Amino acid sequence: MGTVLNIAPVSRIEGHAKIAIHLDDAGNVEDAFLHIQSLRGFEKFIEGRPAEEVPRIVNRICGICPWMHHLASNKAVDGCFGVTPTPTGHKLREMCQVLAHINDKILHFFFLAAPDFVLGPDADYSVRNVIGIVKAAPELATQVVKMRQLGQMMLERFAGKAIHPIAGVVGGFAKPLLEQERLDLLTDCRTLLDFACYTLDFAKANVFSKYLDVICSLGVITTGFLGTVDRVDGSMRLYDGKQRLMKADGTYVDFEGEDYGNYLGEHVEPWAYSKMPYAKSWNEGFDLNLDAPKGIYRANTLARINVCDKMSTPKAQAALEEFRATFGRPAQATLLYHYARLIELIYSCERTIELLEWEGITDTNVRAKVEPKAGRGVGIVEAPRGTLIHDYVTDANGCIESANLIVGTTHNIAPMNMSVKQAATMLIKDGKYDQGLLNRVEMAVRAYDP
Amino acid sequence: MGVTTALEWLSSCSGCEISILNIGEDLIPIITEALDIVHAPVLMDHKYFGQTGEGTVLTIPEATVGIVTGGVSNHEHLEVLEEMRRKCTVLIALGTCATHGGIPALMNGQNRKESWEGIYKTRGTDPGAQVPTIEVPAPLDRVYACDEKVKIDMHVPGCPPNPAHIAEAIISLLENRPAVLPTKSVCDTCPTRREGKGEVHMLKRFLTNAEFNPTEPISEMRCLLEQGYLCMGPVTAAGCAKRGAPSCISARVPCRGCFGPVRREGNQLLDMMNALASNGIDYNSVIDRRSLLRFSGAHGLLKPLIKKEVEEE
Repeated sequence: MGTVLNIAPVSRIEGHAKIAIHLDDAGNVEDAFLHIQSLRGFEKFIEGRPAEEVPRIVNRICGICPWMHHLASNKAVDGCFGVTPTPTGHKLREMCQVLAHINDKILHFFFLAAPDFVLGPDADYSVRNVIGIVKAAPELATQVVKMRQLGQMMLERFAGKAIHPIAGVVGGFAKPLLEQERLDLLTDCRTLLDFACYTLDFAKANVFSKYLDVICSLGVITTGFLGTVDRVDGSMRLYDGKQRLMKADGTYVDFEGEDYGNYLGEHVEPWAYSKMPYAKSWNEGFDLNLDAPKGIYRANTLARINVCDKMSTPKAQAALEEFRATFGRPAQATLLYHYARLIELIYSCERTIELLEWEGITDTNVRAKVEPKAGRGVGIVEAPRGTLIHDYVTDANGCIESANLIVGTTHNIAPMNMSVKQAATMLIKDGKYDQGLLNRVEMAVRAYDP
Repeated sequence: MGVTTALEWLSSCSGCEISILNIGEDLIPIITEALDIVHAPVLMDHKYFGQTGEGTVLTIPEATVGIVTGGVSNHEHLEVLEEMRRKCTVLIALGTCATHGGIPALMNGQNRKESWEGIYKTRGTDPGAQVPTIEVPAPLDRVYACDEKVKIDMHVPGCPPNPAHIAEAIISLLENRPAVLPTKSVCDTCPTRREGKGEVHMLKRFLTNAEFNPTEPISEMRCLLEQGYLCMGPVTAAGCAKRGAPSCISARVPCRGCFGPVRREGNQLLDMMNALASNGIDYNSVIDRRSLLRFSGAHGLLKPLIKKEVEEE
């Protein structure tokens, strides 16, 4: 009987998980798991609720990306009630969603991931964190805190709440944007774009080049990818588009969100509360085998960067071209999620500016006429952590009859398990391990930003 | 060295943690000088079972201040909460999940076992799936607020809590004085225009936007309850206002009660029914009455319906 190393809690991630590494008698890795520890039951306890209330209940699925749930839910309710939001309502929602991506990426890169690179993977746990960064690089840290706060306050000023938003409503948005608010947001967003460009340069110089060997080896697995692209030109989209499911060889199929059930299945393992979505349409089943995985694809930043034909904004497109010239398409190295995240950070700033410069953005016709009724609606947005699917059926009174949710992170539960096993097997030999080495196993998880 | 502090999250969403970050630049001196954070899964790498994972007993370091977010819904949450209570001199319940159960306590209105089984039988899930049981913490019978399980020294509700209150809670402890936290209702702090009772007898669903002139301040908008929308302002603890008006009202959207009841032991459902009745509004026009407890369903307030009651609803 060998030893089990329980890395609990997995830290500097956004949820509850533990890693269990099973060693054999010789001290080599027999198996390794990422156990997802939490189940709350949103799919069931929204049943019976008036559908228009649900977007302000399901935002509590995630306090880091509440806008994503809020808006996917609003889109699903639009579908149930058969309503098309007004053009301005649609664009105000997208603006808030893309703006929320900005904070999320700053938070993840600097607060959660950067300590491993700035202080080093082997630094003592007591300093390998954001407080350590503040002490090691106070000017940078102050700037980071200011920029993240700026993004949060932009949302709060305009939409009332940044965390657990309420301003998106079935049919559109609860209030219009005033011209002065628009000008203020534009000024702030240009500041954020400068910071985003600085961040990518900083990371290229201090992270991606310095840790290239780690990036090219740690947690590396070979999978397919899922993301959202523009229906016309295939550019990366966050708020709306068609879904693209790519195989590891780069071939892909595109489909409309409401047909997701024909392409994605949800597998359940007895050792994780989270379900594990997989590519049902590949007709090969589900297998986590590192050498011959079956049905496994990934979502989140690297996936979106891989599946899209291009970025629709200039600075992000330039960054994508440089990325592809170096790492190819699709890029498989897990730690490249960080790189892809910073390309998306630039896109999110550029896209917010585009939306704020759209001539109709201050129109006061922000909400379409809505009648509650029976129907089905599938609302999909790209959350920071992956393609987020809310699928509701309503009754004649417009209350939820049943719901199916596929939350962004869950797409990556299966691949994270593979990356954990790959990393642990590669690093732990003959019973030799220490805290720095086990932290590297966690780094493979952290890249996915679960 | 600062005051030793441990943070933990139970059945939570991380919104409270983001709200801590939303203290903004003032947070930097708090976390680097005033506090010495010894355990906080979201921010740092202290582990329960030792840094190399060989331990067998869940251990959190001793700390003067403990902050817990989230309610208690499984055996691991309970174990962590009890360990926090043992190790922390002062324990703060942060956020409405910790103080009143929050949104996850909506599960208390259902038969948990049947619902969980249903979750693994949704239309997208592979046939034959069972509720996972291996190496995952077993559920409790319902979702509990923290004070139902251990003694809590300070309650800071909110979904999310107001960063100013979080800072006040911490700073008051450092200064060894009582924290100054809101005691009024959302209505008491709401600047909207009230013209009096009587016109509205039935509530409408929030399917149309409120009537307001966007170029005018909130104080020129008529009270949303008087406009005929369900607004939980009368029965909800104040504290969300940051820019002069309660935060949902500032988005021109009615309150849903996310700071929990005005008095900590209050019942938002009963209190709201009373408030409606005293305003001459027919409480039967509230669709989905039980969701008036959507933020405060712990403490045994929200229970599964028995079949007979299902028909009445």
